[in-house]
Parts: sequence; C-alpha cells; structure tokens
Amino acid sequence: MTEPLLKVENLRIELKLRDGVAPVIDDLSFELMPGESLSFVGESGCGKSMTALAIMGLLPEGIGRIASGKLIFDGEDLTTASEARLRQIRGNEISMIFQEPMTSLNPVITVGEQIAEVLRTHQGLSRKAAWDQAAELLDAVRIPNPRSRVSDYPFQMSGGQRQRVMIAIALACKPKILIADEPTTALDVTVQAQIFDLLRDLRAQTGTSIIMITHDMGAVAEMAERMIVMYAGRKAEIGPVDQIIDHARHPYTQGLISCVPHIMSDLTETREELTEVPGIVPSLREFGRDQCLFASRCKYRSGECLQHRPPAKGFGNGQISDCWHAEAL
Amino acid sequence: MSDTPVIPEEPIQKARHPFVEAWEMFRRNHAAVVALAVLVLIILGAIFGPILYATDPFEMVWAPFSPPGVDGYLLGTDYLGRDMMAMVLNGARVSLLIGLAAAVVSVVIGVTVGALAGFYRGLVEEVLMRITEFFQVLPTLLFSMVVVALFKTSLPMITFAIGVVSWTAVARITRSEFLRIRELEYVTASRASGVKNLRLMFKVILPNALPPIIVQSALMVGSAILFEAGLSFLGLTDPNIVSWGQIIGSNRQYILDASFTVTIPGLAIFVTVLAISLVGDGLNDALNPKLRQR
Repeated sequence: MTEPLLKVENLRIELKLRDGVAPVIDDLSFELMPGESLSFVGESGCGKSMTALAIMGLLPEGIGRIASGKLIFDGEDLTTASEARLRQIRGNEISMIFQEPMTSLNPVITVGEQIAEVLRTHQGLSRKAAWDQAAELLDAVRIPNPRSRVSDYPFQMSGGQRQRVMIAIALACKPKILIADEPTTALDVTVQAQIFDLLRDLRAQTGTSIIMITHDMGAVAEMAERMIVMYAGRKAEIGPVDQIIDHARHPYTQGLISCVPHIMSDLTETREELTEVPGIVPSLREFGRDQCLFASRCKYRSGECLQHRPPAKGFGNGQISDCWHAEAL
Repeated sequence: MSDTPVIPEEPIQKARHPFVEAWEMFRRNHAAVVALAVLVLIILGAIFGPILYATDPFEMVWAPFSPPGVDGYLLGTDYLGRDMMAMVLNGARVSLLIGLAAAVVSVVIGVTVGALAGFYRGLVEEVLMRITEFFQVLPTLLFSMVVVALFKTSLPMITFAIGVVSWTAVARITRSEFLRIRELEYVTASRASGVKNLRLMFKVILPNALPPIIVQSALMVGSAILFEAGLSFLGLTDPNIVSWGQIIGSNRQYILDASFTVTIPGLAIFVTVLAISLVGDGLNDALNPKLRQR
C-alpha cells in the first residue's frame, strides 16, 4: 500500500468576521494518493476554494487562518512550513489553475515570459532554455503555432487558449499535485470538453494527482475517481465517484445529482422532472453549530439532526456519509 | 465525390497592441495633439536653442530696456542690458530640467512608498500613510524654501526640495492601485506559482499600476516648473544659472516701465505648463480604460 501524497487531518480554517470568527472549513480529513484524481463538489460558499487556498498556503492574509489540523504533503506538514519553503513548493510541487482564465494571466507580460518565469524560478533554467521549454509546453497544451504564440500577450488569446496557458504554467515544473479551481466554469461547453480532455491526457502522461474543484456533477463524472461533497464547510459525503452517483448516501448529494439531467444512471422515455435543492446555504455565522447544517433544507429531517452534528458513517465500498439517516437512504 | 464547400480561409483578426490603441485614443484629443507639438518645439528649443543662438545670457550686450524687435534684439534686453532671447532659451533648459528631475524624484519616492504601503498593508501601511499625510499638510512652498535656504541654492538641492514636497499624490495613487491589483486573480496566480514578494511588487503589480502614475507624473512636471519659478522669483535659486522664474524675479521692479521683461518669461512658463497639462489630459484619455469606449 503506497503512502498518500497529501494527507489532510482534521483541518479547521477560521475566517474573521465583523462579529467573531466562523469556521469555513470544519474538521475536514481526506487523503490523496499519487496519480489520483479527486473532486470537490458543492455549491458556492461551502469552502471548496478555501481548502485549495489552504493547501497552497494562500489564505487571505489577516482574514483567514488555519486554526487547527494538519496538511501533510510528502511527509511534511505544510501548516508549520516557513513562507520560503512554501514558495519553493508552490508552482513546483503543488500548482494551481484558477477559475477565470481571462483575468488569471498578467496582461502586460507575454505568455511565454510568464511560463518561462516559473521555470527560471524553480528549475534554475537559463533565459534561453526556459523560453524554448515554454514553447514546448504551449505545444503540449495544444496551442497551434507555439513558436510564434509564445511572444503573444494574453489579450491576443481566447479564453480557452488562456486557460491552456494557465495549465502550461501550472504543469511547467511537473508538479505532484495540480489543483484546478473550477477550471472550466468561465468557458463555453465545447471548450470545456477540450480542457477536460487535455487535463486527462496530461495526467496520464505525467502521473500528476489532480484535485478538481467544481460544482458541475458532469465534470466530476468525467474527470475524477473519488469525490468529496462539501456542505457549509463540512464534508457531507466522500467516496468513489461511480458508487456515489449510483447510490448517494447523503440527501445533499442526492439533491446535487438529481439537479443534473444527463448523468442519471438509466435514461428512460419518461423524463423525470428536474428537481432542485430548496433553500440556500446557511450564512457563515451559523457555521460550526452542533447540528446538521443541511437540516433546514432536508426532507428527511428529524429531531437528532437539529441536536447533534451527524457522525461519519462508513460503508463497505469506501463511501462515507455524514448523515444521521445514511443507512436508510 | 465530396462536395463539401471549401471554406475560404479568413485572415485572423489580430488584437491590436495596447500602444497602438493608446495612440488612437490620444489622437482623438486634438488639444493634446497640438499641445504635444508645442511641447516638442519647446524641448527642441531648449536643447538646440542655446547652441544655435550662442549669445551669453549673462553678458550685457546693449542698452537696458530695449523693447522687443528694436535694435536687432528679437525679445529685447532686460534691466542690465542682457539679451532676453538668450536668457529665455537658456532658462528653458533649466526650467525643463528641474521640472523633469523633480518629477522623477517625486515619482521614485511616491512609487516606493505607495507600493510598500499597498502591498504589505497592516502596520507598514499605517506608518507610511501617516508619513505621507504629514508631508501633505506641510505648506509646500514654505517647506522647500526652508530646505533651500538651510542648505545651498544649487540645482540638485532645488530639485530635491521640490521633489520632496510633491511625492504625496503619487504615493496615494500608487497605493490605491496596489490595493486594487493585489486582489486580482493574476496576482494570486503568480503567488501560486511561487513568485517572491519583491518580484510580485515590481514586475507583476507595478506595470499594471503604471497608467495613472504616468498621467500624474506628466502633470507633476508642469507643477514642478511652476514651483521652481516660484522659488527663483523669491531669489532662492543658483545665481549663476538663468531660469524663467529668475528672469521674472530680477525684473520685477521694472514691471511698469518695461513690462515685456516679465511678460515674456511668464508667457514661456504659461505655455509650457499648459502644454504639459494638456498632454497629461490626453494621456489620461489614452490610458484610462474607463474612457476607452466613449
């Protein structure tokens, strides 16, 4: 049994609010194996991006902090690592691509220079070698005419191309983990599919582990082996993607799945009506209460849901669900 | 037998370079274009004038108060009988030089202070912005008079005295731009690829913060020229150097008898500063993305 590449233990991230602190991530634990693809799912504001930023050590200064827990990457605890060490890791061993390709590239520097910069910083390549490698990377992310496009500025590229450049920057140093924070949300559907293809192929070539953050169940089904469903800063359910889509053990996951038409397991003539999850995510102030935070929107709600935080219940197939009624679902 | 219609290859429309776009916007501001032309003339005059018109501005060449155009002196002579033309041309050099140098001094100070304050936030920002406010509430002319009077009246000291009182605006603009840009995604993305702070500040954020700083520094050249004129009008200047303000200052007693000795250098200052302001205005049009769509 191989060691996990990244081990997150009882992570708690607190965000400073005007009236006190709120746990945006409350007691989150998971493991990421080398070469594995893991997905975080959940609606806006449930702490997916915060988890990613915490792993990168980029929580908003003065506002967010890791209150307790460990982030063990390759045997090293990132929560206690120095800023200098984190800088070495960032972009080199763990890298990240962002949601908005239109704004994630520096508008005044050529894309080639932006890729080369990372190579020079982390791999100590010479100016010339880094530039050549930048062109090769552009070729690897399937940008046509990479030799001439390296000296383009971001404004000369389309959204899809910019996201490819972002991927090239992220993968420049062959990182062990690639965190993709909603990499395709801002792109149109055909381009989304291309980006997914690209990520899949690059992962097969380099063996990079991918953590993908998304709220698109379709993307999860396409990309990931395991998924973590987050709700209000807590883990709702974790397990292999096919198992969860087949039989979700948490009412929130069920809600998310039934929102998406095309991944319902059996397509029948009669079209089921698309459902929605009623209500909204509780406000940050309510995070951290000793109760099931999903209870207010849940149709299976019972007394104990409102009195205690549900415990994690494991199932034989690797599925774990934090719900009082997990067995019954 | 395939009849697939051949799609004619369309020429790919390349996005235009920002410099081209900025020039297009600048060109639409006619006043700024005219001002730019005037400014270029003034600069050429300052560079080549004293070479082509090689009369010593300190030499008494003719009777005092000879009006312009009379006796072969295009701009007349001042109260000591010195050639006004030579004085104005030589003065242009000093005035422009001090204007530029003082603007550079204040941009360097202002950008450094503003960048550090906007980037690091917290205590650094508090301290630096309080210092900025301290300089902002100082009576500027008085302060630079004290600096010049305390030390010596040399060109570098005058330049420094002007620069040191006028950097606050640049600092505030730089800080506000840094505060805005540091939260943008490409800065986070750069952080995520392990870029060091210093590099982040000056290679990632600063180039993106430049447009308003450029506009402000262009305007500052104008105000520095005015400032220098003010100082040398009051006599706080190197007596061995001619500048426009100094010509006005030394001739001020004769303003009623020979008004042209004051009017001519005054006009020179007026036209130069106006041209610089208009060019600054045009730069603002060209570089401010919010005005692009108009």
